[in-house]
Order: sequence, then structure tokens, then C-alpha cells
Amino acid sequence: MTKEFIHTPSAHCETGTVSNLLRSYGLEISEPMIFGLGSGMTFAYLKHIKINGLPLIAYRMPPKMIIKLLSWRISGLKFKYETFRNEDKGKLALDSMLAQDKAVGLQTSVFFLPYFPQAMRFHFNAHNLVAYAKEGDEYKLSDPVFPELVTTKEDDLQRARFSKGALAPKGLMYYPSEVPDSIDYDLVIPKAIRFTGKMNGRWNPVPIAGVHGMRLLAKNISKLEKADQHYAQLFMGHIVRMQEEIGTGGAGFRFIYAAFLQESASLLDSPFLHERSSELTNIGDEWRDFAVLCARLSKKRKGQNYSDAAKQLYKIADMELDFYQRLSKFKR
Amino acid sequence: MKKEQTPQQPHEMYEGGSKVVYTVNADGKYELSSTTGWEPETIVLSQALEEIDRLSQQALLKVQQGISSPLEYHMYAQRMDLQMLAAAVGKFQWQVKRHFKPTRFVKLSQQQVENYASVLGIDTNQLVTIPND
Repeated sequence: MTKEFIHTPSAHCETGTVSNLLRSYGLEISEPMIFGLGSGMTFAYLKHIKINGLPLIAYRMPPKMIIKLLSWRISGLKFKYETFRNEDKGKLALDSMLAQDKAVGLQTSVFFLPYFPQAMRFHFNAHNLVAYAKEGDEYKLSDPVFPELVTTKEDDLQRARFSKGALAPKGLMYYPSEVPDSIDYDLVIPKAIRFTGKMNGRWNPVPIAGVHGMRLLAKNISKLEKADQHYAQLFMGHIVRMQEEIGTGGAGFRFIYAAFLQESASLLDSPFLHERSSELTNIGDEWRDFAVLCARLSKKRKGQNYSDAAKQLYKIADMELDFYQRLSKFKR
Repeated sequence: MKKEQTPQQPHEMYEGGSKVVYTVNADGKYELSSTTGWEPETIVLSQALEEIDRLSQQALLKVQQGISSPLEYHMYAQRMDLQMLAAAVGKFQWQVKRHFKPTRFVKLSQQQVENYASVLGIDTNQLVTIPND
């Protein structure tokens, strides 16, 4: 009775989940397209929100934001979200959806998912995946960051869905309630692209987000020379972890967005977007160089020179500012 | 990043796993390629794990000397910190910190112990003891 689920491995958990989910509901849409139309790419340096004592550095929009922007932009696409106060009710709701052969997206905590390698299991509460079938006491899952389909025991998934703490999933289950037959790309792509440009570029009023956030982080990196060296090294390592670990597609989501720009360029037949895509690819490569610098600094025992890393980040900020300014003026 | 530049530097931490990233192929088109790992990532991941190990060993020593309760050790060993644990059990940080006192910890009700054990993902017997090496 189990139907086959078409699983496409993805670079980022949230967009990958939505892409796999929408495909199973009959709307063909790629992962970068979802990331782009949901205006996922950004940068934010939140000094006062700490993860293990280190500030939060985000390279994308907060969880759930991408889906919300997506369903807001695309007419005829609606998602239904359900959270549960009672854990057993949450399980029953999931089981009844799966019994109707409907796949659903779930928010889970990585720490309680046993199929993750031990070294990767941290208390990160906003990992997304698709559940598509249940056999006995095992759920069949499509976890977008894994190359193959996976299975997990009932109890483990239950714990992962109802983990506590910051961004607690509360059993969040979501699925599209209305799916359009097609998307009017001519209308939505320019809007989404201009939004990303304005949100991150010169017109962004918030000093911690977008290009301003990068400069703020660069300033703080150059101050690290006087800070406690143990903390400074953890800080540098932390930057790389936020930028490169699971679900970034490399270079803090820049390559996913470049893939979106390329796909849009062929859809709208726009040489301008082709150029922007390769411009962003170059920026992504600069981010990778930045990661190499940071990782080296996090390991080195003495003679640290943080100004190199700061300089590299200032350079990226300048490049991205130009890039965003061009995006924000994009017209079809 | 070019497709042929996709890093393939596996590490035992990934347990043979791989993930996909977007790369540019020879025709300039974006496509997914599989990567087994990248050295800068491996460096920072092992750094994070070493830090957790350091903190839990420090706490273990304090528990053995009787200055702290097993709760503090298990908090670090299960990769949490005070802020996360307090948020997970729905308490203030100072309330959780009080339970780091051994005298306070033994007086915890069964329900409170169960609550701590469930957010840490261990069972209650494990929570009240420390591993003896």
C-alpha cells in the first residue's frame, strides 16, 4: 500500500522539504526556486541571542518565514499548519494523514533523530523533513539533507517532534491545502528579487541585518585580538559552522540563490539575471575563502591575525552591496 | 564553486555520510554535486565537540568533588548549556542553577527529575548518577 515517494536530496532542509512536499502534491518546483521566491537569502548578526554562549549569525530568513513568504507571493498556494499541545493527539493527526497517503512536512529536533551521525546531533529544533508513510512502528521519512530515504522508530520521531526549548516545534505539521496548477513566474520572480535586494542592500534600515550586519560582524572580528583567546577561537569556529554546516548549500546559501537566479534567467529569458548569477557565484567563492581563513584562525595556537578575516568580510560586504543594489532595480 | 572543485575530504565524524551542494558544471549551469566533507568544516565541528567535552569533564570533576550535582554534568554531556536547559524545562536560569547544588538536587521530586531527564534525552537512573571510569 505504500506508494513510492520521489526523494530529491537538497542542500537546505526547509526549502528541500517544501520542494519535495509540493512535488508529491503535483506542483513541480525546484529547491532554489523555493528559496528565491521565498526571499530566503539574507544575513543577520544577532549579538544578544546566544547559542552555546556565542552570538547567532544567520545567513537566511528565520524558520517558517520562507514558506510564509512563498504562500503569500504565489496565488493559489496555501499551507495548513498544525501544532499540538497534546503529544498523543499530534501522533494521531500525523498517522491519519499518512493513512490517507498524504505526505506532510514536520519540524523536528536533530538531537533526537538517530539516523544522524552522532557528531552532528545538536539541539537544533528547526530541522524540517517529510513523513510520507508508516509501517508498523516505523515512520518512513524523506530527510532532504540525506541522499537516501530514511526510517525512524515511532518513539524517536515523537521525541524529536516534541522537543522543548528555543524554537520548540510543538509537533508542527504542515501540508499544502491548496496547490495551483502553475506559477506565474513573470509576475512573482521580479517581485521576489527586488525584495531580496532591498532587504539586504542600502535601503535596509536595520544595522544588524544585510550588508550592515556583515560590516558589524567584521568590526567585531577585528576587536577579537584583545578578547580572551579561547573565546575568540570558538567565535571564529562558530562563524564557519553557521555558514557551512548542514543545509547551507555551501557559502551560506549564496550558491542556492545563484542557482535560483540562473533558473529565473532562463525562465524570463533575461541576460541581466545570468550576469547576476555569476556575480553571486563569485561572491560565494569569496565566502568560502572567508571560511578557510576563519577555520585556520580557530585552530591556530598563537600569533593570530584577525584583521585578515575582517578585511575579507568587508570586501564581501562591498561586493554584496553592489549586488543587492542591482537586484533592487530589477525590472522585467 | 566549480563542480570539479567540490571538496571530498571525508572524516570519521560523518560516519561515511555525504551531502549535496550547488556547483557550476563545465557549461556554466548549476547542478547538485555530492560532497563527503570539507576540511574547514571538519576543523570547526571537532572544535565544537572538544569544547563540549572540555565543559563536561570540568563538570564531572566538580561532581566528584561534591561541589556540583550530576545535573550539571549531564547538561554539558548532552550538548546543552544553562540557557538551553532552562528554556527546555520552562524555568528561569537561576532556578536550574539551584539544582546544581548537590543538597538541592537530591530533594528534587520524581516529576522534576523526569522532566530534566526527558529534555536531556536520557533516563532518570542515568540522570542521578555519573559515569564511573
